[in-house]
Amino acid sequence: MRKYWSFFRIRFIAGLQYRAAALAGICTQFFWGTMTLLLYRAFYQNGGSAFPMTFPELSCYIWLQQASLGMFMAWSFDEDIFSGILSGGVSYELCRPADLYAMWFTKNMALRMSRTALRCLPILLVAAFLPEPFRLLPPPDLFCFLGFVVSLLLGFLVLVAFSMLVYISAFYTLSTSGVRILVVSVVEFFSGFVIPLPFFPEALQPFVRALPFASMQSTPFLVYSGNLSGGELAGAVGMQAVWLIVLLVFGRLWMAKTLKRVVVQGG
Amino acid sequence: MKNVTKTFRVAKRSAGFSKAVKALFQKEYTDIHALQDVTFTIKDGEMVGYIGPNGAGKSSTIKILSGVLTPDSGSCLVNGRIPWKDRVAHVKEIGVVFGQRSQLWWDVPVADSFELLRDIYKIDPEQYRKTLARLTELLDLGEIVRTPARQLSLGQRMRCEIAASLLHNPKILFLDEPTIGLDAVSKIAVRDFIKTLNREEKTTVILTTHDMQDIEALTERVLLIGKGRVLLDGTLAELKKRHGTYKILTVDYTGNAFAVPPAADLIENLPGHAVLSVNTVVLSVSQAVSAISSTVEVKDISVTGESIEETVLSLYKEFDI
Repeated sequence: MRKYWSFFRIRFIAGLQYRAAALAGICTQFFWGTMTLLLYRAFYQNGGSAFPMTFPELSCYIWLQQASLGMFMAWSFDEDIFSGILSGGVSYELCRPADLYAMWFTKNMALRMSRTALRCLPILLVAAFLPEPFRLLPPPDLFCFLGFVVSLLLGFLVLVAFSMLVYISAFYTLSTSGVRILVVSVVEFFSGFVIPLPFFPEALQPFVRALPFASMQSTPFLVYSGNLSGGELAGAVGMQAVWLIVLLVFGRLWMAKTLKRVVVQGG
Repeated sequence: MKNVTKTFRVAKRSAGFSKAVKALFQKEYTDIHALQDVTFTIKDGEMVGYIGPNGAGKSSTIKILSGVLTPDSGSCLVNGRIPWKDRVAHVKEIGVVFGQRSQLWWDVPVADSFELLRDIYKIDPEQYRKTLARLTELLDLGEIVRTPARQLSLGQRMRCEIAASLLHNPKILFLDEPTIGLDAVSKIAVRDFIKTLNREEKTTVILTTHDMQDIEALTERVLLIGKGRVLLDGTLAELKKRHGTYKILTVDYTGNAFAVPPAADLIENLPGHAVLSVNTVVLSVSQAVSAISSTVEVKDISVTGESIEETVLSLYKEFDI
C-alpha cells in the first residue's frame, strides 16, 4: 500500500507545481459559474415552478461543480501515460514490482486531486458569501452531508476507473485523440456536466440514471442539496458502488489481457 | 533462455498518396521475426555483452528477460522464475536501464524519484541510506540528486538512471545501451562503475551496446545476435582470434612503389605511404616486413591488430546481417 501512497504523493507534488494555471482556472471557473447561473436565472424567472430543481439547489450544484472541476473534468488525462505508451517509456513501469493498473489509478487520482486542491477552496469560499439565491448553501442536514462525502468519493473513483479504459485503449489505438473526443463528449453530456441530469426529458431519466456517467458527478451534487434523498439516494449511491465494481473488474481484466500482447514502441 | 521466439506484426505500406488511401481499407501486415529460437545460459556473476546491428533483437531479448514482453513460444528461466508469468516477484531482483528512456520524474528533483523507488521496492530505510551513499560516491552524484531531472545533462542523467536501477540491490542488471549519446568522460565513468559493481557485488550484468569499446572494456563473454538468431557465443578473445588473423601494416618509405606480397591486400596507397592488411595465416608479419624492406627503404613501420569494430563488422558481413 505504501508504494501506491508514495506514487500518489510524487504525482500530487508534481501537480502542485502549476500555480499560475490554478489561478487562471479559479478565475475562469468563477466566471463560468456566474454566467451559467445568470442564464438559468432567466429561465427560472419565466416559470421556474415546473423545473425539477429549485434555484438554490441549482446554485449549489453549479458551485460544487466548478469547485471540483479538477476532480471531475472529463478532458483531463495524464499525458505522461499516453506518451509512455506511445514512446515505450511504459517498459520502465512494467519493470516495477507493482501492479500497473493500481499505479496508473493512483497517479490519476493524485493528478486530479492536486488540481482540485489548489482550486476548490477559493471558489467554495467566495460562493458561500454570495447573495441569495446564488449562494452556496450548507447541506440541509448532517445526513445529506455524509451522503455527499460518500457519494463524492464513489463518483470520483467511478470517473477514474472509467478513464482507465481510455488509457488501456491507447495500447491498441496509439493515438487516442479520437477516442478522447468521443469519450469526453459522451461523459460531459451524460454526467450532467452540461445540463444537470434532472433537466433531461422524463422518458430518458431511467436510462440516463442507469448509465455509469450519472454515477460520476451528478449523484454527489444532487445529494448535497437534498435533491436526492431517501430511497432515491440509497438507489443512486448503490448504483455508484455497482458501477465502480464493474468498471474496476472490467478494467483489470482488460489490462491483464492487453499486457500479454503488449508491444513496446520505439525499439 | 531456451528456444525463445517472438514475432511482431508490422503494418507496411509504400510511400505515396494512393497507397495511403488503399491502406485505409486493406492493411498489409508483415511478420517480423524479432527472435527465432534464441537459446543461451548466463551464469551468476557473469558479465555478458550482447551485440548485434540495429533491429537484431537485442532489446526484445532484454524486454523478455525483464518480464515486459511475453514471447510467442519458448521458455525462459531467470533465478528460477518465468519473467512474464511471475512478473512482480521477478522484477524485484532485477534492475534495468533502458538507455533511450528515462525512469526519473521530469519535474522533480532526482532524490524524489529515488525515494519513490525506495517505497515501490520496499527497501529498508537503513539499507537504502547505505546503498544511496555508496552509489552517490561511486557515480559522483553529490549535488545532482537535488536537481530536477530535466535540468541535468545527459551524462548526469544517465548516472542517475543507473543509480535508480540499483537502489534495490538487484542480482541482475540489464543495461540496454547505457552509454548511448554520452561523451568520452561519462562513458568511462559508467564503464568503471559497472566493472566495480560486477567485481564487488557479484552482480550479473547483461549489456547491449553498439559501442565496441564498452564490450572491450567490460565483458568477457560476447553473444552476437543477428536477424533474431544467436550467431556466436564466446569470449572476446575467441571472437578476435576467429577474425583477428589479419594484421594491419602501415609503412612509410622512400623510393618507388614496392611489390605487394601475395598474401597481403593494399588498403591505402599513396606515394611514400601504404597501408596493408596481412593474412597472418599465410604470411607472418616478419615475413611481410622483410619482403617489403627488401624492395624499398622503410622509414617507419607499424603493426596493429584489427580493431574490435572491424572484427564485428567482418562478422556482420560473414553472417550476412
